[in-house]
Amino acid sequence: MDYFKTSLDQLHEQLRTGKLTSQQLVDETLAGIDKIDPDVAAFLAINADGAKKQAAAVDAAGIDADQPLSGVPIAIKDNIVTKGVVTTAASKILANFNPIYNATVVEKLAAAGAINVGKTNLDEFAMGSSTENSAFKTTKNAWDYTRVPGGSSGGSAAAVAAGEVVAALGSDTGGSIRQPAAFNGIVGFKPTYGRVSRWGLIAFSSSLDQIGTLTRNVKDAAQVLNVIAGHDERDSTTADTPVPDYTERIGQAIKGMKIALPKEYLGKGVDPAVADKIKAAAKQLEDLGATVTEVSLPHTQYAVPAYYIIASSEASSNLQRFDGIRYGFRAKDVHNIEDVYVRSRSEGFGPEVKRRIMLGTFSLSAGFYDAYFKKAGQVRTLITRDFETVFNDYDLIIGPTTPTVAFKIGEKVTDPVTMYMNDILTIPVNLAGLPAASVPAGFVDGMPVGLQLIGKPFAESTIFQVAAAFEAQNDYLAQIPGGK
Amino acid sequence: MISKDSVAHVAGLAKLQFSEADLEKYTDQLAEILDMVEQLEQVSTKDVPVTTQSIHLANVMRPDVAKPAEPVAELLKNVPTKKGTLIQVPAIIDKEDD
Amino acid sequence: MNFETTIGLEVHVELKTKSKMFSPAPVTYGQEPNTETNVIDWGFPGVLPSINRGAYQLGIMVALALHADVTRETHFDRKNYFYPDNPKAYQITQSEKPLGTNGWVEIEVNGKKKKIGIAELHVEEDAGKNQHEDDGYSYVDLNRQGTPLVEIVSKPDITSPEEAYAYLETLRQIVQFTGASDVKMEEGSMRVDTNLSIRPIGQKHLGTKTEIKNLNSFVHVRDGLAFEEKRQQSVLLSGGEVRQETRRWDPDAKETILMRVKEGADDYRYFPEPDLPPVTVSQQWIDEVQASLPQPPAERREHYIQDWGIPAYDAGVLTQTKEMSDFFEATVAQGADAKQASNWLMGEVSGYLNAKHMELGQVALTPGHLAGMIKLIGDGTISSKMAKKVFKEIIQHDTDPDHWVREKGLIQLSDPAKLTPIITAVLDDNQQSIDDFKAGKDRAIGFLVGQIMKQTHGQANPKVVNQILMAEIKKR
Ligand SMILES: [Mg+2]
Ligand SMILES: [Zn+2]
Repeated sequence: MDYFKTSLDQLHEQLRTGKLTSQQLVDETLAGIDKIDPDVAAFLAINADGAKKQAAAVDAAGIDADQPLSGVPIAIKDNIVTKGVVTTAASKILANFNPIYNATVVEKLAAAGAINVGKTNLDEFAMGSSTENSAFKTTKNAWDYTRVPGGSSGGSAAAVAAGEVVAALGSDTGGSIRQPAAFNGIVGFKPTYGRVSRWGLIAFSSSLDQIGTLTRNVKDAAQVLNVIAGHDERDSTTADTPVPDYTERIGQAIKGMKIALPKEYLGKGVDPAVADKIKAAAKQLEDLGATVTEVSLPHTQYAVPAYYIIASSEASSNLQRFDGIRYGFRAKDVHNIEDVYVRSRSEGFGPEVKRRIMLGTFSLSAGFYDAYFKKAGQVRTLITRDFETVFNDYDLIIGPTTPTVAFKIGEKVTDPVTMYMNDILTIPVNLAGLPAASVPAGFVDGMPVGLQLIGKPFAESTIFQVAAAFEAQNDYLAQIPGGK
Repeated sequence: MISKDSVAHVAGLAKLQFSEADLEKYTDQLAEILDMVEQLEQVSTKDVPVTTQSIHLANVMRPDVAKPAEPVAELLKNVPTKKGTLIQVPAIIDKEDD
Repeated sequence: MNFETTIGLEVHVELKTKSKMFSPAPVTYGQEPNTETNVIDWGFPGVLPSINRGAYQLGIMVALALHADVTRETHFDRKNYFYPDNPKAYQITQSEKPLGTNGWVEIEVNGKKKKIGIAELHVEEDAGKNQHEDDGYSYVDLNRQGTPLVEIVSKPDITSPEEAYAYLETLRQIVQFTGASDVKMEEGSMRVDTNLSIRPIGQKHLGTKTEIKNLNSFVHVRDGLAFEEKRQQSVLLSGGEVRQETRRWDPDAKETILMRVKEGADDYRYFPEPDLPPVTVSQQWIDEVQASLPQPPAERREHYIQDWGIPAYDAGVLTQTKEMSDFFEATVAQGADAKQASNWLMGEVSGYLNAKHMELGQVALTPGHLAGMIKLIGDGTISSKMAKKVFKEIIQHDTDPDHWVREKGLIQLSDPAKLTPIITAVLDDNQQSIDDFKAGKDRAIGFLVGQIMKQTHGQANPKVVNQILMAEIKKR
């Protein structure tokens, strides 16, 4: 299957009319992965047998004419638990972990007839921006194998960008869907916090994590989100508000749409060539009848430090359950419980995970809580208020997704602060819990640039409407990544 | 500024251990990260409430209804060592039940 | 040197719910290890908690029964520590804003009443259980993991082991009457941790405290504290210093034993639980719970003494448990004399239950049947001797006493018209006994009564028999 030249709608049409069976599609997809993945290294596990069985069942039951995902193989980030399919979060500590239950999103995909074709690589426990922190392999950027695919959903992004699958699930805690989408020239969508259930998502930072989509086309993202969104009684932080049809406003004109462009998003640290692409995008949106106005989000520069305190603190607690007792890696030759804890954790976690556990443990520890964790929570309030103020007058905020295009493998991995600053444009969105997308916005030096679109809480439809209008004006997807 | 001793103390809380060289590396890196974090001191947060959740929900509760337990054989599947239906762990020493 | 003692008590009470605090797994007792758990109880990757509203409501109920202020806006926090029975390595509890604050109970020691303050109470999840064996391993059972608890923390108002004992007894009773918990030390549904410090009288700041953990009866609490009080005194008097320690009470040796010396405070790195939205308690919710609260034991005792003339001691016994108190009140409501009902409950009923190691709920006796039997005794239908037989029947079977005595012909014969011919016949046959009696041998009367009882199969009313018999002898 040539996933570069197809959309979910087109696949669905072929499946629905019997020109293609789900089993054929799965076979072709597996063959494609076999061919492409040795270079791209997007997958940690291929669910070949399971996918074939699922496809046979869908074929037997008949393609659901109302469900565009019916019979379609989809890749799942490996921090989302899949019953009976080893789920590692790219960590040695879970190398052999075989979940006994499914994440809500996995159940919902299966109920829609989608096929779980495999588990994609990520930074260990989703901590990172380059997928270099995986304990198992380094995924390559689909456009240039010497560059990082971004992260932490680097495997999902590269798999879609390299044409291995039509869509993949990712998770976004500080930009982990949007940044790799931007780096790989595809569409990444992070829904509003609380829109998609986190039940079964291996927690990194509970108050920031949100599952979303990586696809080539905007409408494909809306169709996948239609399936996975909604209230879940097992996740008390999911919203009880109804889920609209996210494809509804795709194709509608954006005339009169009030769009804000924060000056901080084009400021210091943002590559001028990237900024130019975003200005050009803004111009295109104006040509379509929207107004684009410069605004200010004054606390933007504080988002990164606030984020690292909050995310690391929550992570330090969330990752304490990996103790070598009930599941996962237990160190050898341990003779007392203290050894089980210390050695299993020290041998099982990679350096970046340990760094964040250390930062988080420190931030919560006696005497430092107020200056770090509490302070960060207050700054989070100010960042949220910045957005609220702008959204009083505007429908949407745009800006670059990342300050630069994808960097070289190994270039930043030894320098945590520089690496962290790479997320400066995506992190504020997570702190405020807003929906946001990254869509392709051209190329700099042959590498993709992403346009970020940020919406009001639960205004996913607005993002889809504008993203689709922008997508229709351009043909960036016509360019096919070459790997190199 | 964070000292090597406090990094070692934090490692103890987190049940991690580091070689002497790693301890030094982590001390340097944490110091650098905390340096960046110190920017937050520039922000006036007097009377600003803390945000711990971005979604404004309250009283999300379920009724007191029991659902059947998970089969114990399933739950035990990933346990490194077990005895019967019990999870086996190397001896707990020198601490009472809290 | 004279010292004064300050005691703090932390009491954990298991709330009586069907499901766990943050997971829908069942709450049970004494099942096979790990068979009453789910993925949440195990802290599997990706699981999330959800709040049991019923458990929270029971927490509010306990708070109100302890006269505490219910916190209107609150949230849960994580308490981080590693231990095998704590699968997430954090306990979900309330730290920053506990469910209730500023409560009190009134205790009585040696006839003196005193209010003991309750600093706070909060709801949280229980841990699993570790079993330590001598094969070099410990074993973890997570069945108890997640059971809802309310933790009740006293203010430093308790100044003696006797007061501590009275506080616990009062607390147990009050909570038991709410129905929120079984509060049984022996089953672990009530657990007590103590701390005690002493200081020379007049000294402002509190002395260094020692903790005693894992106490499994109120008597052990009292004895353990009394031992600690003396031990600390002798340490100070000999010029030593009390160390901050955790100790264990050994009931056989009757002493506390050092478990570990504490160096500084534990660092639990509390922070708000991000997986659970905050809880707001409306006035309406509080009012509903308040309205559903049963009358507390102290008020009931007052009522029994003032309105029913029950002695204070008896009123105390009758309010040991809500079941007993409810039973007593229902028996009176069914028409029994309160004093008689009290005597039966404290005497025969309690004796039976103790001998059989049973509880009121486990026997067939109903307030209606007990009241019925008491009425039969009162109106002379049955003798108190017969009553023992009736009691044995109604405590073992669901039998209506009125029906039963008639069916079995156990009704007392009190009608003189029926008794007189029987008595005269007996006298006719026993001239010798009449002569003996008249000659001053009182014992002869006993023989004659025995003969009359034999003729009436024991059903004759002894009082009536006596009157007729004396009158008839006089005639001869
Ligand atoms: Mg507690
Ligand atoms: Zn507690």
